[in-house]
Amino acid sequence: MHSSPLATANQPAHENPALLHHFATEEQQKNAASLGMWVFLATEIMFFGGMFCAYLIYRYWYFGDFGAGSQSLSVPLGGTNTAVLICSSLTVALAVRAAQLGKPTTIVVCLILTMLLGLVFLGIKGIEYHDKFVEHHVPGASFNFPGHIPGHPDVPINQQHAQIFFSLYFIMTGLHALHMIVGVGLFAVITYYAMRKRYGPHYYTPVEMAGLYWHFVDIIWIYLFPLLYLIDRHK
Amino acid sequence: MLQNMPFWPARASTSANNVDALFIFLVVVSALMTALIFTMVIYFAVRYRKQAGRQAEQIEGSHALEITWSVIPFCVFMVFFAWGAYVYFRERTPPPNSAEVYTVAKQWMWKFEHIEGQREINELHVPVGRDVKMIMTSQDVIHSFFVPAFRVKQDVLPGRYTVAWFHPTKAGTYHLFCAEYCGTSHSGMIGSVVVMEPKDYEAWLTGGGNQPLAVTGERLFSELGCGTCHRTDTQGRGPNLVGVFGKPVLLEDGRTLTADENYIRESITDPSTKVVRGFKPVMPTFQGQISDEQLNALVAYVKSLGQAQSTQTGGKSMAAVTPETK
Amino acid sequence: MATAVVETGERETYLNREYGIKSWLLTVDHKRIALLYLASITLFFFIGGFFALLIRLELLTPAGDLVQADTYNKLFTMHGQVMVFFFLIPAVPAVLGNFLIPLMIGAKDLAFPRINLLSWYLYIIGGILMLYTILAGGVDTGWTFYTPLSTEFLNSHVITAGLAVFVAGFSSILTGLNFVVTTHRMRAPGMTWSRLPLFVWAHYATSIIQLLGTPVLAITLVLVVCERLFHLGIFNPSLGGDPLLFQHLFWFYSHPAVYIMILPGMGIISEIVCCFSRKRIFGYQAMAMALLGIAVVGFLVWAHHMFVAGISVYAAIIFSLLSYFVAVPSAIKVFNWTATMYKGSITYQTPMLYAFGFVGLFTIGGLTGLFLASLGVDIHVTDTYFVVAHFHYIMVGGMVMAYLAGMHFWWPKISGRMYPEGWGRLAALIVFLGFNLTFFPQFILGYMGMPRRYWDYSRAPEFQILNVLSTAGATILAVGYLLPMVYFLWSMRYGKPAPDNPWNAAGLEWTAPSPPTTFNFDQQPVVSWEAYNYDEIKQEVPVAQ
Repeated sequence: MHSSPLATANQPAHENPALLHHFATEEQQKNAASLGMWVFLATEIMFFGGMFCAYLIYRYWYFGDFGAGSQSLSVPLGGTNTAVLICSSLTVALAVRAAQLGKPTTIVVCLILTMLLGLVFLGIKGIEYHDKFVEHHVPGASFNFPGHIPGHPDVPINQQHAQIFFSLYFIMTGLHALHMIVGVGLFAVITYYAMRKRYGPHYYTPVEMAGLYWHFVDIIWIYLFPLLYLIDRHK
Repeated sequence: MLQNMPFWPARASTSANNVDALFIFLVVVSALMTALIFTMVIYFAVRYRKQAGRQAEQIEGSHALEITWSVIPFCVFMVFFAWGAYVYFRERTPPPNSAEVYTVAKQWMWKFEHIEGQREINELHVPVGRDVKMIMTSQDVIHSFFVPAFRVKQDVLPGRYTVAWFHPTKAGTYHLFCAEYCGTSHSGMIGSVVVMEPKDYEAWLTGGGNQPLAVTGERLFSELGCGTCHRTDTQGRGPNLVGVFGKPVLLEDGRTLTADENYIRESITDPSTKVVRGFKPVMPTFQGQISDEQLNALVAYVKSLGQAQSTQTGGKSMAAVTPETK
Repeated sequence: MATAVVETGERETYLNREYGIKSWLLTVDHKRIALLYLASITLFFFIGGFFALLIRLELLTPAGDLVQADTYNKLFTMHGQVMVFFFLIPAVPAVLGNFLIPLMIGAKDLAFPRINLLSWYLYIIGGILMLYTILAGGVDTGWTFYTPLSTEFLNSHVITAGLAVFVAGFSSILTGLNFVVTTHRMRAPGMTWSRLPLFVWAHYATSIIQLLGTPVLAITLVLVVCERLFHLGIFNPSLGGDPLLFQHLFWFYSHPAVYIMILPGMGIISEIVCCFSRKRIFGYQAMAMALLGIAVVGFLVWAHHMFVAGISVYAAIIFSLLSYFVAVPSAIKVFNWTATMYKGSITYQTPMLYAFGFVGLFTIGGLTGLFLASLGVDIHVTDTYFVVAHFHYIMVGGMVMAYLAGMHFWWPKISGRMYPEGWGRLAALIVFLGFNLTFFPQFILGYMGMPRRYWDYSRAPEFQILNVLSTAGATILAVGYLLPMVYFLWSMRYGKPAPDNPWNAAGLEWTAPSPPTTFNFDQQPVVSWEAYNYDEIKQEVPVAQ
């Protein structure tokens, strides 16, 4: 009689059903998960890094046009989003803390708050994208970005350079938003299990790992925001 | 020596000698190294094959050996590097007063325009014994100008100039290949370089009655109204271009750069990026309004402004050099 | 020692524990996943090889008379993409690495078995996208996707090809992640870092490259796909972009990628040379450090693919210098393998024959890399068949031979059967001869000036004789590759059953039965001996059956 290959068959029963069969101890499993998530985040740094590299190069070459593009973004909306994300990192840290302290209801509340804040961020992003669409700042056939370079009223904006700014803007914030959607989805699953009281001081690795991921997504935004929104604002 | 060796490319330029010397050195050293490793492996495999009564001898390692066979190869590698860098530096530094040929590569042909005005497609005539500088751009994708007999290769990029130079030493006809994959007829983008004795080259040059490139450029300069701002008599809205080529230029943002072909080209296609200090960025862009060939003519014309000699050809001509002109 | 049996009365192994397609497609056993990979990469190897054969047939004559130009361009593109992304990068790590690493370190499985399975599914999805690209008409950008050709000027299936590689890249990243965490966290008691087999060190170093490099390719492909879909100008000069930026981003991954391809092979060779010389590796520490050194310095040399691309002279000089730095650890490894044979007790089983071949051919391939790193020579030989010969010496003469060496060496462990030794040696010889005949003439062709990716060379018929030799070699090579396919399959049914340790080799994997049980070890091993303890293993390699 053989059970499904995904089950922990043929092994002595553990007190903690969350311990997987190939780990000797819970500590080993937790350490493995932790190292795995940090390594994964390193790969994400390289992933976003390629885009940051392209952005920095073009910003150096086309500084004026990028400044103009930057000024067309909404600092109030972007700033609000920054605050929203930072708060959501707080709530997820509180969720981890609640797990460590054995407060199952608090875990659920904090996770739900995190997701809500995440959705607020995505909603505001949607508004910003909509504005860009309406103003014809989306790269493509109908792109139109009239105006002049900040500080130089007689220098018109180079449309090609401006399109590159907006291309990078949409790709960078778009991929960031995609990562946030994945994060919200992850939290939905974890909240479900938290409601079933799966997490406590004995086991809260998924909450912590998802929290790590979420902090990382937050940090990416903390770099994106000043780089994209705050160029040349004094001009 | 080494001419007409089977399986060896023709040697028709000064670079060929430099590159071949380095290559042969690399071959000899590599062959020695390969022979050494092969010999040792085969010898050990036979000498130390399993034999009754003999056990393998466990040898942990040897710091001395590790260091030795790290340092010695490293020193050899540094020779490879230094010699190679020296040859490369010379190959990428066109000598001053090189004769110039403007090249426009496109899918799938080579278009050449000599300073004197001759235009050629897929065939390039050059004389023996003169430095020739190719100023190249592409109309579409990346190509690569490759003449094996000269040991010269340079990618040709859209939107900017790249430069290659050579000094032919032997008359003959040699392959010109495109060496950067560029689409369907990449392998059809083959031409020839015809190296001629100087007398024959003179004859070829004068037959045709072409207008020198810089004269074409002068005409364009006037037609496009460049002179309205780029005046030579009083301070115009644009800088005076006489003598600007090859000189340092101070830009509005404080940087200084040399006015080379790429800067002149960029000033026409994207003028507001690198504005000269003291001038306003009011020059309109001409990108999309003039062809690469017309750009080349304008660049040649600007280069010719303020040149000290009698020739109006802008940049050096490959015609026979008389002692006065230099 | 427990010997569980299955219904038929045989000893229970990972192969017969469960039958049925679901038990394979939903397995989390690293050994079964390794076999899933084996089947898929073998398929892609033969697809890529078939394209190569068509290329070589076309090049028999100067005129383009076998296929049309566009078709030929698709053939070399897809040969490159399939071979690089769907064979060379995954082969050793996903087949041998997956199978052996837990066994070698005394673990029951990798750290993340379900992610391991996900890895395979991502590979399959990428593979399906690649197959779709091939069947829907192909892609002809060259495996290097240079812009603006690929973003603006071609009408082939660039987007699906880019997506295929993108998805397969995540398979690679997750494999690397699994190996790093496994090596750090899952070693048995007593299995310290300095007792690890070099095979494990090699995969660790490879994984670092996979983790840090592949994401950059991923984002580059995203940018290319977006550029094509939305007509952006990031890499297109006519829209304000820079084609050289693409090349820098592409090669930032693709150079370290070649080390992803070769380092695991080097790990295999170390295991085999030690076993068949009955000796500990010469200079264990140097070998391990060399692996890490190659991985790290390999990230610093990418622009040596761009010496004539339009970069500045000073950048070129820096990258040339760094390229020579990365050559030193590779040289050390060749010397150390040779020194390991010194005063050994050497036998010539098939794995060792492939190892001999590897050492020789990798030496030649590596030395010709020095030619390319030398700026003055590179101007002449870059983008010619010299480069093609160089990288095939490393990847085929090196990597594929190492892969075959490893497959023969561990086949008894994987399948529980011995392959036929006589046929193995014959195939090794055929591969060696066929390989050299195929690729050595290409060095000469390259120096003569034959450019890469040429469908038709009728304007330069002097290239023909060497091309004919090369094609002749390719047909011989093809035979050499088909033979193992046939006899490995044959051996699964008719091969002699293998003992636990047919080679009397050192290493924890040989203490498990052939084939192993699902959870590898009945009791967690406790290691108290150094790697390659051939001084303690007194027996020699048994005489070939």
